[in-house]
Amino acid sequence: MNSKDIIDLDRSNLSFAVEVSTEPGGENIFRCFACGTCTAGCPIARTDSRFQPSAIIRMVILGLREQVLWHDAIWLCAGCYTCQERCPQGVNIADLMMALRNIATREGYAPEPYHVQLNLLLEKGCLYEIDDFDNKKRVKADLPEIHIDARELRILQEKLLEELD
Amino acid sequence: MKRALFLGCTVPVRARNYEMAARQTAALLGIEFIDIPGFTCCGFPVKSNAYTFSQMMSLRNLALAEEKDLEIVVLCSACTSMLAEANHKFRKSAQYRDHVNALLRKINRSYSGTVRIKHFSRMLLEDVGIDTLRKHITFDLGNISLMPHYGCHYLKPSEIHGEFDSPEDPKTLDMLIEVTGAKTVDMMGRKHCCGGALLASDNRLTYRLAAEKLHMASTSNADALCLVCPFCGVVYDDNQKLIENELEQIYQIPVLYYPQILGLAFGLDPKHLGFKLNKVKTKTFLSKLYGDMADE
Ligand code: SF4
Ligand code: SF4
Repeated sequence: MNSKDIIDLDRSNLSFAVEVSTEPGGENIFRCFACGTCTAGCPIARTDSRFQPSAIIRMVILGLREQVLWHDAIWLCAGCYTCQERCPQGVNIADLMMALRNIATREGYAPEPYHVQLNLLLEKGCLYEIDDFDNKKRVKADLPEIHIDARELRILQEKLLEELD
Repeated sequence: MKRALFLGCTVPVRARNYEMAARQTAALLGIEFIDIPGFTCCGFPVKSNAYTFSQMMSLRNLALAEEKDLEIVVLCSACTSMLAEANHKFRKSAQYRDHVNALLRKINRSYSGTVRIKHFSRMLLEDVGIDTLRKHITFDLGNISLMPHYGCHYLKPSEIHGEFDSPEDPKTLDMLIEVTGAKTVDMMGRKHCCGGALLASDNRLTYRLAAEKLHMASTSNADALCLVCPFCGVVYDDNQKLIENELEQIYQIPVLYYPQILGLAFGLDPKHLGFKLNKVKTKTFLSKLYGDMADE
């Protein structure tokens, strides 16, 4: 193994796992006993060598805050819940990945498509805008027209942001 | 039987065939779908970057259904699990309920947690029942074979779906297919993840994942894949051509939504079940049932 691949524990931040455990979804992280069941059944770990859920959990517990939050890996989980169903320790791994992504977002590391989606929801109330053209196609297919209003969503988001301050 | 129909983002724009077939089959079964104009996205797409807001989006939708005293029926598996999860969390903690309602008050709404949420397929099994479905079958699909695709959120997390189906050894979609007379192709990969959640951020990873399933289906004796989620449809049907190009393979496997199958078995016209909107052509599939049709 190349020495640059070895984890440098001098850079560890041991309060990171505590921080994760207080984030919705991260509550059970300390229960992990590193059995590897989650990685063994993970469809993404099978397809892409950048991602192993058990390795990410280990890195969180070792306090490697930057490496976890900056790296692409946490954004590769497909949220399929296979691991979550099988974890003998009830770690709720898919929810944990979600918790890490939310922390990373607050630090400014969310990939662009996620910002785009949030803006779309606040503006339109849905991901794919339904315009007159779409409604025409719907009516032709004997389906009701749809008109979505995102005003209430914007108010909710505004109040949530006020709470954070 | 009255239900609020929750469409979400994907169905009304990208899976109108699913919606058409669901509405047609439900009407034939005497189910009245109410479209609530205030419904928005369930919140699932921003669970990763705006978790609290995503939960509020779900709970606001539930509040709207509660105002009308209606149970919710959902076509998308991701919306089903998102709404059910928000409901589950809401019911578990009094402190959280207070917080949610303080926010909902700002938009003159409130929620008390009474709404029940079911996937369309689950409604067919639990509220209509296999025996009633069987009574409506007028056209035998005995000479076709389908590969059921359960996907992820239809079954998982099992904690929020309660006593419904086994996430490791699911049966419900097989039961729904078999009542139509069609055969099911039993093989590995029925619970595969389509990878749809990564389509926006890493589409090549999605393609590699989806290719496994398409390969299995096209090398089996299945005439089509049978789905219960519009996002799996976006991956396997809308993107099949791109996946073929990326992996230099040819699959050409039709991708059908379960209500399209059920509708055929009810004797409905494929035109009214949205078969023309399927991306991978269904002509060969349909001719197996009806012989060659002049106008397809
Ligand atoms: S399955 Fe659970 S206990 Fe085992 S390594 Fe994964 S998270 Fe840890
Ligand atoms: S939820 Fe994420 S980590 Fe778990 S098995 Fe699925 S893709 Fe892998």
